Amino acid sequence: MAECGFLAKEKINTLIEALAKKFQVFVPVLEGEVVLFRGFESGKSLCLSRPANLPPKGIIFPASDVLFRFNFQKDPEDPKKVSVELKENRDFPLTIIFGCRPCDAQGFTIYDRVYLTPETVDPYYRERREKTTIITLACNAPFPGCFCTSVGRGPATTEGSDLLMTELEKGYLFVPITEKGKEIIKAAEFEDGSPYQEEAKKVQENAAALVRKPFEHLEKLPQKLLSLFENTQFWEKEAAKCISCGACTYLCPTCYCFNITDEQVGNTGERIRSWDSCMFFHFTLEASGHNPRPNKYHRLRNRVNHKFSYYPQKYNGVIACCGCGRCIRYCPMSVDISEIVAHAQGA
Amino acid sequence: MSIERLREAVKKILPEVDVVIGYRQGFDPLHATPYFISQPEQVDQLIWNPLCVQNLCSYLPFLKGKVGVIVKGCDSRTIVQYMQEKLIEREKIKVIGVPCLQVISVKKVMAKIDYQVAEEVAFEGENVIVKTPKETKTIPLAEVMPRKCLTCQLATPLQYDILAGEAIQANKPAEAFEEIKEFEQLSLEERRRYWEREFDRCIRCYACRNACPMCICQDRCVAESRDPHWTSQRANLTEKFMFHMIHSVHLAGRCVGCGECERVCPMDIPVAKIKKKISMDLKELFDYQAGINPDDLPPMYTFKVEEAKIKEHEL
Repeated sequence: MAECGFLAKEKINTLIEALAKKFQVFVPVLEGEVVLFRGFESGKSLCLSRPANLPPKGIIFPASDVLFRFNFQKDPEDPKKVSVELKENRDFPLTIIFGCRPCDAQGFTIYDRVYLTPETVDPYYRERREKTTIITLACNAPFPGCFCTSVGRGPATTEGSDLLMTELEKGYLFVPITEKGKEIIKAAEFEDGSPYQEEAKKVQENAAALVRKPFEHLEKLPQKLLSLFENTQFWEKEAAKCISCGACTYLCPTCYCFNITDEQVGNTGERIRSWDSCMFFHFTLEASGHNPRPNKYHRLRNRVNHKFSYYPQKYNGVIACCGCGRCIRYCPMSVDISEIVAHAQGA
Repeated sequence: MSIERLREAVKKILPEVDVVIGYRQGFDPLHATPYFISQPEQVDQLIWNPLCVQNLCSYLPFLKGKVGVIVKGCDSRTIVQYMQEKLIEREKIKVIGVPCLQVISVKKVMAKIDYQVAEEVAFEGENVIVKTPKETKTIPLAEVMPRKCLTCQLATPLQYDILAGEAIQANKPAEAFEEIKEFEQLSLEERRRYWEREFDRCIRCYACRNACPMCICQDRCVAESRDPHWTSQRANLTEKFMFHMIHSVHLAGRCVGCGECERVCPMDIPVAKIKKKISMDLKELFDYQAGINPDDLPPMYTFKVEEAKIKEHEL
């Protein structure tokens, strides 16, 4: 068995159909002008020409996840006695994310450090993560706003992926990164990919050279941002145009903050974990009415610092931004996080 | 209108205000971004072209002090509506009006250039020319016009303290709500399916709400409130639908049609369509258009026993 596989372009659908027999497969599809990850169905056409508007993070970390259902029952003999019945929701199928981009796949490794820390493992996250195989498509060219090479990554970075595909002239080269990736290569009918490795390398290098570089030299950045923490003038200026919506955080493959609520009607309900956004006023609103981040500049500062200062200080210098550019590309006001970082470096 | 004339106007206003809000180039040549100018040397970066799409008036209710703002005709309805609802002190605002016949929809341009990186953008005559790594594409402006510009009647702003350029006449047909009337020909079932498909993509990022100049509740929005608990955190269609209905109904008679809600949607949901339907109904029932006359009172702010166009009493 060859180390890597090759597949002609027209055979991609056959591959996915074969995979769909064993896994639930999520693929990027075009809906109107929007690219979204949807469960694969025969006849659905893939859109591999650009990254999805929304990264596939919701497949492992759902936008709204029912953790368990609860049911309060009163004792008919003594109505003051109430018992509660809990039903956990942890039946997750084997899953494949097909055709996400390297930045999307790396996003999960940012989550892993948080949700798979041995002392505080998140069982919901772990189970979905373990059951998911990620087949990533390397980028052949940058897309508007993206800057992966500035954050020490690139259009063909393998971290977080199980299998990396590179689009070549006649087809795709599949290089397994993990055991899960090797399993996929073994199971499906691939040609030997070795003759194509040279071509793939060139494609990947070309793409990396084209990515814009809004900033470099990240070593001192976490400390530099901390030193700017109290610089209200700096942050007010950077945040002036921000409208405090959650588009940047919800579209971000590395934003992992959540809210937990009980949605109850009568005696029954669900405990739900849903995406939250540090850009919202309510995110830090305390029960007393006090809000430690009452202004939008406090909140934008948090988003930038979390990714470029707090996270790297906690986790060995790893920047919690993959440079996918979605927060820039889709920001209503074109707030540019890479520009803020560059400004911080120069401040 | 020349950029020099606009820069001149901004320089003239700047000593009288704390900040002037205009536009500069964003992360690439296809994106303009709001620019807060407080120093004269910043004025050189100011731009004006059809990419200057954002409704800058939306910042006004949240800014203290004296503010100068660059305002297109369509955006000027926001100023008028704010005056009606006493959300700004007009004398604290210096409105720099810009004559404008159309902006462009960046989303439509992105589709035309196959979502490539725009390396250079130029405007020549009736075209926008975009250079990408693959090609140089000449696109007629008319093909990438946002819907609001198709029926623009306000080429010159309704309100301004300085007009940067000459007043011009609009050159588009008046709004006849054809798109809405056509949509209403669909059966209820078809319309329901349409909105289910569209709202299914909503991620409740609230970009539409926060970009809306008339959504002034912002941090106190009922969509996020736990008490009253009108929407839950479930990411299902019912909740998404409920939020959009709350948003739309709160805008009845107040929506100034700036289209920001739809422009900013990262999921490309045609949310302005609902607001347009409501505006159409308001026009029919009350012969009213929001954001035109500062002395008007929005119809939903008042109650008359007998509305001229509502024949309920005859029932």
